[in-house]
Amino acid sequence: MSQATESAPATTRPAMLPPTVDQGALGWMRKNLFSSWGNAITTVLLVAGIAWLAWWFIKWGILKATFSAESGQECVGTNGACWAIIGAKFRFIFFGSFPYDEHWRPLFAVLTMLAMLVLSCDRRMWNAGRLAIVWGIGTFITFMLMFGQIHIPVTLIFVIALIAGLAGYMFRRNVADNTERTAYTALTVIGGGYLILRILGVLPSITIPLELFSYVETGSWGGIAVTMILATYGLAFAFPYGILLALGRRSNLPLIRGLCIGFIELIRGVPLISLLIMASVMLPLFLPSGTSIDKFLRAQVAVILFAGAYIAEIVRGGLQALPKGQFEAADAMGLNYLQRTAFIVLPQALRVVIPPLINTFIGFFKDTSLVLIIGIFDFLNTASKALVDPAWTGFPGEIYLFAAAVYFCFCFSMSRYSKYLERELNKGTQR
Amino acid sequence: MAVLNGASTVIQLDQVNKWYGQFHVLTDINLQVKQGEKIVICGPSGSGKSTLIRCINRLEEHQAGSIVVSVDGKSIELSNDVKNVEAIRKEVGMVFQSFNLFPHLTILDNLTLAPIWVKKMPKKEAEDIAMSLLKRVRIPEQALKYPGQLSGGQQQRVAIARALCMRPQIMLFDEPTSALDPEMVKEVLDVMVELAKEGMTMLVVTHEMGFARSVADRVIFMDRGEIVEQGPPTEFFANPRNERTRTFLSQILHH
Amino acid sequence: MAIAQAALPKAKVAPWNDPFIRGWFFQIVVIGAVTALAWYLVSNTLDNLHRQRIATGFDYLSREAGFEIGDTMIPYSPADTYARAIFVGILNTLRVAVLGIILATLLGTLIGVGRLSPNWLLSRLCEWYVEAFRNVPLLLWLFLFYKVISEAFPGPRQAISMLWDTIFLSNRGLYFPVPFAHDLHHWMGIGLLVGIAAAWVIKRWAKARQAATGKPFPTIWASIGAIVGLPLIIWLFGGAPVDFSVPHLKGFNFEGGTVIQPEFTALLVGLVLYTSAFIAEIVRSGILALHKGQSEAAYSLGLSRGQATRLVLLPQALRVIVPPMTSQYLNITKNSSLAIAIGYPDLVASVNVTINQTGQAVENVLIIMAAYLTVSLSISLFMNWYNRRIALKER
Repeated sequence: MSQATESAPATTRPAMLPPTVDQGALGWMRKNLFSSWGNAITTVLLVAGIAWLAWWFIKWGILKATFSAESGQECVGTNGACWAIIGAKFRFIFFGSFPYDEHWRPLFAVLTMLAMLVLSCDRRMWNAGRLAIVWGIGTFITFMLMFGQIHIPVTLIFVIALIAGLAGYMFRRNVADNTERTAYTALTVIGGGYLILRILGVLPSITIPLELFSYVETGSWGGIAVTMILATYGLAFAFPYGILLALGRRSNLPLIRGLCIGFIELIRGVPLISLLIMASVMLPLFLPSGTSIDKFLRAQVAVILFAGAYIAEIVRGGLQALPKGQFEAADAMGLNYLQRTAFIVLPQALRVVIPPLINTFIGFFKDTSLVLIIGIFDFLNTASKALVDPAWTGFPGEIYLFAAAVYFCFCFSMSRYSKYLERELNKGTQR
Repeated sequence: MAVLNGASTVIQLDQVNKWYGQFHVLTDINLQVKQGEKIVICGPSGSGKSTLIRCINRLEEHQAGSIVVSVDGKSIELSNDVKNVEAIRKEVGMVFQSFNLFPHLTILDNLTLAPIWVKKMPKKEAEDIAMSLLKRVRIPEQALKYPGQLSGGQQQRVAIARALCMRPQIMLFDEPTSALDPEMVKEVLDVMVELAKEGMTMLVVTHEMGFARSVADRVIFMDRGEIVEQGPPTEFFANPRNERTRTFLSQILHH
Repeated sequence: MAIAQAALPKAKVAPWNDPFIRGWFFQIVVIGAVTALAWYLVSNTLDNLHRQRIATGFDYLSREAGFEIGDTMIPYSPADTYARAIFVGILNTLRVAVLGIILATLLGTLIGVGRLSPNWLLSRLCEWYVEAFRNVPLLLWLFLFYKVISEAFPGPRQAISMLWDTIFLSNRGLYFPVPFAHDLHHWMGIGLLVGIAAAWVIKRWAKARQAATGKPFPTIWASIGAIVGLPLIIWLFGGAPVDFSVPHLKGFNFEGGTVIQPEFTALLVGLVLYTSAFIAEIVRSGILALHKGQSEAAYSLGLSRGQATRLVLLPQALRVIVPPMTSQYLNITKNSSLAIAIGYPDLVASVNVTINQTGQAVENVLIIMAAYLTVSLSISLFMNWYNRRIALKER
């Protein structure tokens, strides 16, 4: 071989194409389905199996099925699916025993909650004030629609005023101008003053009645609205208390840390069913005799307690992922614990854990089906009850497949949305 | 470093072409490597130089052309035949940019794994060979540590020793010093220079032009999947013939 | 020149600014608040219990239970104590949990690996399987399987019979023959233990031989041969007795043989299929977490696919897989409590009946929580130990 340098011709060659055998639909099939003997056999077996299953399902679900009927009797003996039962009972499945004419109310309540959740995931909403407004208005609308009539205790308004004033004072004391600071002080004083007078018994308990629709008690709530409320408000209330638990678990103070670890491990170690049973049976015992707690509220409290421990672990993961330098920089700037946590640590940690949080929400959405055990009419319960109707017995497959399809739609879209969010959030971190 | 014209060819690439989907990543590569030859391959990123040497030990597959590796008189052509591939991999060693040491095994176990399981060597014999190689790369005292406990330069030297434990005839280096801190590059290059002096056939993809000047028999410049220019280092650096080569050299040889 | 070290006075800090004192003050306040809350709840509870004339204490455990349990692993009758009833529940929970863990791991691993298969059809199917089971509540699957099983299969009188009338499938369960207890079984049991010991010895011998001479030995096959072969040989030597208790129809149900009941089947099938979807994802992400360079380095050294997987890839993948896997095991154990919804008598079901009959909610709930906490904490402890043991050593 000569030692002289060789150099490629200066002219460019026409582009060469890869061998045609590897391209196109045929090439794709060769590569993905028939690339080796084992692969080819697998493909053949799978295609055969799928074809057989699909054929059976088409026969049962479409060809021999009854799509509308007056009663279940017409479906017996056809050997096919009785989809008519869905048509006949779907109002009951979705809305339970909520008054028939007012079904639009739980429907809009569900839409409101979905809107709240979607808005909360939007980056532009991620500041405390806007979130508070979105959730405040959304909650008001939801419960207004579901209950129909709310009696707002005036005390609650003053409590909110007090909290708003204190929070504003604590967090914005250094940046607020004089008018804002006066506003916060005024809120605190008015709220605190009213509460003290109330506790001392000087002022009576006043409620403001708001009566827009007919009253529907929680016992009549049912279906998809119950599932959404339990999951949404379970997560909403569990979120702050989970954050507190996570912060406590990482605290340097040994007693606090021990308390938080103990509580988290206790809740995570027992099944949700036991917490539900505990809530429904033991909560009345914990309170002074004579006070009764609404059954729905008991279930909600159990879901909140349960959710908080799991959220605590997820937030803890986010806190651990934060580089130590962030804490050190915050300390070096002179921020105290509260300011450091609120302004530096939590915003970054929470951003990281949004995708796992959504997965947790999907999990809770499914777990709400357990409230069936203590007699709350969530979506799965109403679907099951639809089977009890004597005119339509004997078609569990159709009802449960329908219910599964509904759950699947909700959960699958949420998980797709979480993957989308993950990609969006990571755009900021990848070059 | 002169190469006897009578030395046999150990690697022969004829009209090798490779595509990733529609993207033509290697175009009409013709290359002959003689025994004992040291070849440095350089070029801009995306030029296909890593792909080329990875095709030689079948970590990547070529779609057209032929690659033939000859050792001990036997010529083996690279194809889908698993036996061929395994035979070739026993004779060709590779060192990676990211070292790829096995983190769950000690250094000694990293080195003896392949001799024990592929060459069916007794453990003691494998360990003796491993220790002698660790002495050669000058870190025998790290034998019982884990890769995570070593510095980058030490890990890469262990990776070279690990490849050498199989007594390969040919060594491939895929940017061996690109992932190292500057102060560790020299210790790895020193090991490679010693290896070159002992007569190993080496194909090195690297940006270290100093190494190319002092050790290489031939420098190859690749760009956009083609071999643009090749030649002995003195002529290559002094009188690059092709415009693209000149551009590339002006970019990487800064004062 | 020595510098005289004067004793520096300690800086004076006001107590309310001292972080140590502040920390403890805060803790004491919090503990105080928690204790006050706890005292409030406990005193209310005692008050209410007294008011409703509900007993306290665990004495009820030695009283007669008075309720029937359909599916028991040990002999039980309504005349037995509550304690025994609860114990039966615990055994049932363990039975479904252990079987569930084993089967879900196997199925989940297969599906996880299948998702990474180069065959497009197989990997898509596995993906749809995972998505279908992960997006629908477990309780729904349980209802579906249970209703399908109990309504799809005929009554005992029209049971489907298989294998020359020895196996019967009806809506009361799957009845199949089981060997009568025979003296030979003791010897076979001993044979099994000897086989396990032999397998262990074979493994050690093979490893030593390979270290000395380099020749590998098919240890896995030899071990299987020992564990299965020894009891088999003993059985053959003992005259190969084949006395089976075969189920036969008597009255409204079957007698003889042994039965797998639909409640158990529905629960087991539901738990296994549901959890295997999560385990598949865990296995898949464990395999994907492997750095591509590891397999490349292993192959470039000449290791075969099997060797590379066993010696390099699997140990590293397991590090990533084991922690979330154990939390799925925990989930199976906790999810088995859904048995109450389809009538399988597990721990929660037994305790629920006890609560209804004795009214002593607090003690019974404590029993449930203690039982599940024991399992969770043991699994957590194992996990921590395993993590510490296999942690990759770094600088």
